[in-house]
Amino acid sequence: MLKIDRRLIKNFDWITFLIVISLAIIGIMTIYSATRPPLGVGEHPDFYLKQILWLFISTAVLFVVVSIDYIWLYRISYPLYGLGLLLLLIVIFGGRTSMGAQRWLSIGPISFQPSEFFRIFFILVFSSYLTNMGRNSVDKISMKSLFIFGILPLILLIKQPDLGTAILLMSLFVVLSLSKGISKKIITVIVIIGLISIPFLGHIFWEGLKDYQKNRLVAFIDPDVDPAGIGYHINQSKISVGSGGFFGKGYLKGTQGPLRFLPEKHTDFIFSVFAEEWGFAGSILLLVIYLMLFLRGLDTAMRAKDEFGRLTALGITAMFFVYFCVNIGMTLGIMPVVGVPLPFVSYGGTALLSNFIAAGILINIRTRRFELFYP
Amino acid sequence: MILKRIQLGSYIIIGILLILCFRLWQLQILDGDKYKRLSEDNRLRILKTPAPRGIIYDRNGTPLVKNIPFFSVSITTDNFRGIDTGSLAALLGLTKKEVEEKLNKKDNSPFVPVKLKQGLSFGEIARIEARRSDFPGLFVETDVGREYLFGKVGAHIIGYLGKITAYQLNNPELRYFPPDALIGQWGVEALFDNQLRGMPGERIIEVDALGRELRMIQERPSVKGTDINLSIDINIQKAVEDAFGEKAGALVAIKPDSGEILALESLPSFNPNIFSMGIAYNDWKAIMEDKKKPMLNRAVQSQYPPGSTFKIITAIAALEEGIINPDTKINCTGGINYGRWTFGCWKKGGHGPVDFHRAIVESCDVYFYELGRRLGIDKIYKYATAFGLGRETGIELIPVKERKGLIPNAEWKKEKKRLPWYLGDTFISAIGQGYITATPIQMALMTATFANGGKIYKPSLIKIDQSPSGIINLKPETIKMIKEALSGVVNDPNGTAQGARSSLTVIAGKTGTAQVVGKKKGLSGERFMDHAWFVAFAPVDNPEIALSVFVEHGGGGGAVAAPIAKRAIEAYMKSKNGQEAIGKRQ
Repeated sequence: MLKIDRRLIKNFDWITFLIVISLAIIGIMTIYSATRPPLGVGEHPDFYLKQILWLFISTAVLFVVVSIDYIWLYRISYPLYGLGLLLLLIVIFGGRTSMGAQRWLSIGPISFQPSEFFRIFFILVFSSYLTNMGRNSVDKISMKSLFIFGILPLILLIKQPDLGTAILLMSLFVVLSLSKGISKKIITVIVIIGLISIPFLGHIFWEGLKDYQKNRLVAFIDPDVDPAGIGYHINQSKISVGSGGFFGKGYLKGTQGPLRFLPEKHTDFIFSVFAEEWGFAGSILLLVIYLMLFLRGLDTAMRAKDEFGRLTALGITAMFFVYFCVNIGMTLGIMPVVGVPLPFVSYGGTALLSNFIAAGILINIRTRRFELFYP
Repeated sequence: MILKRIQLGSYIIIGILLILCFRLWQLQILDGDKYKRLSEDNRLRILKTPAPRGIIYDRNGTPLVKNIPFFSVSITTDNFRGIDTGSLAALLGLTKKEVEEKLNKKDNSPFVPVKLKQGLSFGEIARIEARRSDFPGLFVETDVGREYLFGKVGAHIIGYLGKITAYQLNNPELRYFPPDALIGQWGVEALFDNQLRGMPGERIIEVDALGRELRMIQERPSVKGTDINLSIDINIQKAVEDAFGEKAGALVAIKPDSGEILALESLPSFNPNIFSMGIAYNDWKAIMEDKKKPMLNRAVQSQYPPGSTFKIITAIAALEEGIINPDTKINCTGGINYGRWTFGCWKKGGHGPVDFHRAIVESCDVYFYELGRRLGIDKIYKYATAFGLGRETGIELIPVKERKGLIPNAEWKKEKKRLPWYLGDTFISAIGQGYITATPIQMALMTATFANGGKIYKPSLIKIDQSPSGIINLKPETIKMIKEALSGVVNDPNGTAQGARSSLTVIAGKTGTAQVVGKKKGLSGERFMDHAWFVAFAPVDNPEIALSVFVEHGGGGGAVAAPIAKRAIEAYMKSKNGQEAIGKRQ
């Protein structure tokens, strides 16, 4: 199974690797700045140290992932998916609650969010499912598979509730189905059914939301409704970003984070802290780095040697992109507040690890694009 | 086909990124300045630092007030809904409803502290500090409060501090003051507020989201208010307060050669300390509804007939107008008949033939009826008004408005009562009864004016060197004779005010009684006892203090009012000589 040959090293996708490493380093720097004690007096919370530790672990795991031929992932995708569903179930019944959502699972001293890994399992299993469907049965996504790959995980995620991952899964389902190629007829039918059912779904969806989620939606529509309450996150985030101006306030000179005006400053709103300190110039640079990651991901998908690789690379790229859009959009006040971390940059060990695993799979697919024979 | 779709995906990605770039440009470049200002508003807070108030001293340099910290508790938080209002209320000793009302006020902006309770005790502060971690954003603020070192003594002059009223906030001078600051609302505290209050400082501080101060960016220090040296002598005030005991009334003592007020007491008094600590509504109501009217400044607001103390005016008029000479004797038979009426002397059997000196010493009414008859009301009116009766003395007290008493004459009676002036009116006017009324401060000022030989000063609450606002030319002979007679009132064996006789100095004075209407109808009890007056000055040869005492329902002036005057004058003498001083400025 382990097969480290020269070709693997020669073809290793250094560009993707360097992109994600630099994003992680930018993240650690920003976490350091966001969590610094005001005035530099007092103890510096060790978030940045933990993140450095996780970066080392994640990098190591990335290399392990790259070294395994991704065909193995194809083979074990169904058992992995089953395991993922099981973990989600366990979380609902025995998970730890934090910030109003039950997302965490503790195994001994380690606690992690199963949904962080479930999303990778989903990409793998749905890619292999679509691969297996073959060219002719493309239009026949059965009700059974729709339930297994769509509705069931959605129910489990909304129950937690984990709106971010639920949105991601829906997006991935659509992106992967579309790229595999669903006929225009089916898309039209789905769109019509969707339009008709929006009022009903909207009602069910709204009733199913927790109060804090409803508040976020209201605040998104009108942040000035209650500037100290539900609109607060959005307003403070806009103030942080906007006050950066063109060149920013300078590294470690931002005030919104350390003075606690900005909530979730080192996790969901880390981009606000970055934009405040580095300004328009720095923010554009960061967006360009992400653009490189996405385009590189799409390029990998195009060059993949097989359909499973292509779909998986596409799914992973789409995942990064969806998280990126939802997070930045929320930070800039053009999307509702959905607790989604910025990939590679936000604080969070399991998120970093799972993103590195995903990046590892991307690199794996690109690295092995010339291998013609399955082992 | 799949490759074409991936190609399409890259265009979508670039398109969305362009949208994000546009949004960044909008926030950071287009509105950058606005957001920069907002972030400064977030982090910078302008705090007013209270200026230490000027200290109020008495004429001997004894401090009458002390600045003390005035604590209040406020809370800043980004989300009031997260607060356990029940246990917060319990901690502050408020009801849950009160706390919730304060937190839910419509105009509460985020991060602006909400004041929950003012005037905390040290015990309360200790309790709050101990549990602060349970209520993030809860903090104790300090303002300048006042302690009135002598409590009720002198309260009507010194006054008290209170919260700025909505009306006062419109005053541009007060714009530097926070809306709940304490400023002078009564007495000298109010009158000299713009000197005493100083200028609050400003501190621009950096705060975090919970309003905790992190560091100071800029500071403009506060400027202490100017100290005020009052003309009053707290030793006299205290002696007066003691001497009155439970009785209601007033005493005003004036320095004859300057118009400085040496003492001004109105009793019962109030404790200014309960006002300056943010008075509770019930306490306020109790004071306002108290039947004894502690907030009434009897020294300037009570007007009653001055009774026989007014005989000094009649006597001056008679001597100045030359209608009598020292040897003129008038036979007192116990009354004087006029038409159907008999005007009695207080001594039923009559005094027999009395001369000027004895008429004053024994306060013979018949003698003064006769003087009144010879003078006529217009002459009495002329001298009474010359001595400042019937008009405001001009003393400034906030918010108390001085009353001006009344000196009647024929025109007045015709206009107000639609009746002609009778000789009988002149008789009772000559002895200070009937329509004549005066306030204690008017009587004190009149006495001072006589004591200094006719110089009229505007009463002043601060030490002052002023020239008289008017001079009455009196013959030295007049002054000499009346002074001798007034000295006799106190010091002669037959005087009516022997209770004022002092071993420390020679006191001269005159008793008086303001009749209470009900008494004539045969009613008795304290409510219907006459009011007692006594005016005095000392030492008789070179007066340094002139005063009037008014005791509500005090009965005859000699018995109750004279001893109070003696206590006040003795307190002045001892204080002047450095004895029994309550405390000197360090």
